[in-house]
Amino acid sequence: MSVFEPGSIVEERKDFIHTKGRQKKSLKCDSDSIAGCVSQRACVYCGARVVLNPVTDAVHLVHGPIGCASYTWDIRGSLSSGSELYRNSFSTDLQEEDVIFGGEKKLTAAIDQLVEKYPTKLVFVYATCIVGVIGDDLEAVCKNASLRHGIEVIPVESSGFIGNKAAGYRAACHALLRLINSGVNQDNNKVEKIPMSVNYLGDFNLAGEAWIIQNYLHPLGIKVNTNFTGDSTYRSLKDAPKASLNIIQCAGSMAFLAKEMEEMFGIPYMNISFLGVEDTSGSLLRIAEFFNSHKAVKAAEELINREEEIVKPLIEGYRREFQGKKAAVYVGGGFKAISLIKQFREIGIEVVMVGTQTGRPEEYETISDMVEEGTVVLDDANPTELEKFMMEKEAHLLVGGVKERPLAYKLGIAFIDHNHDRKHPLSGFAGAVNFAGEVYSTLCSPVWKYLK
Amino acid sequence: MLDSTPKEMIQRKVGLINPAKTCQPIGAMYAALGIYRCLPHSHGSQGCCSYHRSHLTRHFRDPIMASSSSFTEGASVFGGGANLKTSIKNVFEIYDPDIMAVHTTCLTETIGDDIPSILSTAEVPEGKRVIYASTPSYVGSHITGFSNMTTGMVNCLVEPGEKEKKEQVNVLPGFVNPGDMREIKRMLKELGIKFIMFPDTTGVVDSPMTGRYQMFPRGGARVKDIQDSGSSKFTIALGFFASSEAAFLLDRKCSVPPVVLRTPVGIKATDEFLMTLRNRFIQDIPYELEEERGQLVDIMTDTHFHFHGRKVALFGDPDMLTAMTEFLLSLGMIPAYVLTGSPGALFEKEINTMLKAAGVEGKVRAAGDLFELHQWIKNGPVDLLIGNTYGKYIARAEDIPFVRLGFPVMDRSVHSYLPVVGYRGAMRLIEMISGALLDRADRDAAEEDFELVM
Repeated sequence: MSVFEPGSIVEERKDFIHTKGRQKKSLKCDSDSIAGCVSQRACVYCGARVVLNPVTDAVHLVHGPIGCASYTWDIRGSLSSGSELYRNSFSTDLQEEDVIFGGEKKLTAAIDQLVEKYPTKLVFVYATCIVGVIGDDLEAVCKNASLRHGIEVIPVESSGFIGNKAAGYRAACHALLRLINSGVNQDNNKVEKIPMSVNYLGDFNLAGEAWIIQNYLHPLGIKVNTNFTGDSTYRSLKDAPKASLNIIQCAGSMAFLAKEMEEMFGIPYMNISFLGVEDTSGSLLRIAEFFNSHKAVKAAEELINREEEIVKPLIEGYRREFQGKKAAVYVGGGFKAISLIKQFREIGIEVVMVGTQTGRPEEYETISDMVEEGTVVLDDANPTELEKFMMEKEAHLLVGGVKERPLAYKLGIAFIDHNHDRKHPLSGFAGAVNFAGEVYSTLCSPVWKYLK
Repeated sequence: MLDSTPKEMIQRKVGLINPAKTCQPIGAMYAALGIYRCLPHSHGSQGCCSYHRSHLTRHFRDPIMASSSSFTEGASVFGGGANLKTSIKNVFEIYDPDIMAVHTTCLTETIGDDIPSILSTAEVPEGKRVIYASTPSYVGSHITGFSNMTTGMVNCLVEPGEKEKKEQVNVLPGFVNPGDMREIKRMLKELGIKFIMFPDTTGVVDSPMTGRYQMFPRGGARVKDIQDSGSSKFTIALGFFASSEAAFLLDRKCSVPPVVLRTPVGIKATDEFLMTLRNRFIQDIPYELEEERGQLVDIMTDTHFHFHGRKVALFGDPDMLTAMTEFLLSLGMIPAYVLTGSPGALFEKEINTMLKAAGVEGKVRAAGDLFELHQWIKNGPVDLLIGNTYGKYIARAEDIPFVRLGFPVMDRSVHSYLPVVGYRGAMRLIEMISGALLDRADRDAAEEDFELVM
């Protein structure tokens, strides 16, 4: 590769990109981004914030200068059935003098003020880059505040530079585990389990998705005990040890929590997916079978038959429109990418490029096994690479998040959002139809006729 | 939602609830996009860059490109010099911009990275430029960052020019939309005056659909023009907070006298902008602009009874608010609450002087937040709220008509293409404001009061 050849791929990036069939070696992933690249990835704080923010009745206090709080103010799109406290933006708004003399006093005062103003049992205090550098003792400040007010004040170790977004997921899980464990003067292993109950991990109730799944499980006689973290509360999170099973939708953010909960509370876990008809049906059956209940399995079968009868003709209608269309995927986590490949298959669209921001090695292996020869798989891509491969592979559609949308449009490619900025549920049977409908409305829009 | 804000006023000593500002680097990134073939570079952790790109993308609905030094723990312990040098190498290798504009973050400011000295030993390819600005997030706001990067352009690019000045003017537009920059340029072209505008985000964040993606669209101020700004007759800085620093530096460096004017929003500020130019360059304002002014006054006459005595709460960036307050007063409205998140005693003083001169009572606040504004409104209702997208929470909670203006506006489209500056922009503002008020009147009208003509 010649130096200064524009639009080429930088040498250090080559191991992060893989074309199925051509190379045997595995894809490099799960490592830091390369300086000077336009990565689509975010930081540790971002990862922690997106996981915890849906806890509805908590004060989410961001300890740092204003930016971190301001950019994450209510961008999650998680719906609540009760408190709206989580939709505010609280910041200590650190100033120059705080950076010099330390921000602990300010943080203490901010917690006191907020707790006085808003009745809450739970405060999350997020560390930002600068807090990690100036060395505020978050632990001590939170502990004291906790004692003073008789509530849980939990530090989230999410300084931006200590890793990537995935490290933030882990920081969030640590905070959740602390909440579940703290103040409980009992042996959590001996907590009485609620029979036929699950914790639903990794659904953030975007556009009410967690509610859709609850409504599927209810007629099976299965109770959703706690949802992590969409529409969750202090109380519901504290009750988490009572569940008999943990089911995980977003593995990237929640696999760690599930493993820890198995160890601490003896709750087994299983990966499920409610994206697409196939996955939704399969997951419902697996959950019912786990409980060894003939009744639940029968109810699941009935529900699946009923729902599939409704949605399949609708999806088939769309499918006819999509012949010969190709899709590219660039999403946050590997698990979502896997589900999307399946979902596209359901609607008759071939996936020709798959990328994620934080996919793990085993997820990339699965992806590689699933896709057709010649499909490009890539980790932590930048816009230049996305452009290159979408053009080369002649994708008609991109699935991504906020930053990918205008990129796709500029290339004359249709787009659907599978992230914070979407407004329609894409989970379950109803979501599968929405997904096909969204693909249809962008792929078959008359707007593309005016490009040439 | 935000109706959890209590009515009784609470004195707060620290922190912000629902900020009316954001941090410096995003302002620097936006300013840097206003240079032709420039890649903004965020020297810090990856999240900052990602957030700023997302936020700008939501507002402009165009691809926003910027690279990051992608800090890790090592860099924050040992300093970010190596990361920045690698970044420079990679950026020019992969993306090949003409110029790279580096801004710092709270992290790199705190660990003490000395950007000029790192740059002095960095390998910058022949013919390429790297400029920089110091933008700690814990000082000022996004407006400060915009100002700092604009100043950085002068600092890094402009050489002391000829003593003999050219018949041309520098125009620093401030933190406004590309639609506004286009309108300012149109007025200058109507006047027939040679100008250099920077930053200039037209054609960059409102780039046309060409069917192919261009990482560096055709827009933006040319480096050679920015360099030439030292030879201009004088500089017009639009907006004290966003533009005056760069203008003052141009004066110190190249003896180009600065004139600081309000962002030309509303009739008076637009008049001042045009008259300043007329006085120094030409004899007459062309008929086209006079005609526009006449149309605006005609519209103001036609609609003045909609506005008179109506109370408005407005929030946003200080330069926009100062101009907007003046315009609202000229419409006979009462700017009852004017609040910016950016710090600045001068802001409070200026607005208070305007209100006093108009005989209007109002609350004014710099470095405030939307919690405070909401409390004010709860204690003394208003007829209209004007501000960025975040105002929708208050508008809904208090059931107030709402006009979106400023940055960011993330829940509406097209706004960044259409100007609010100049006479035409004032017409658009009147349409937006009267539309919001009259829609509301229609909605609230009793059956017998519901009228065809309003």
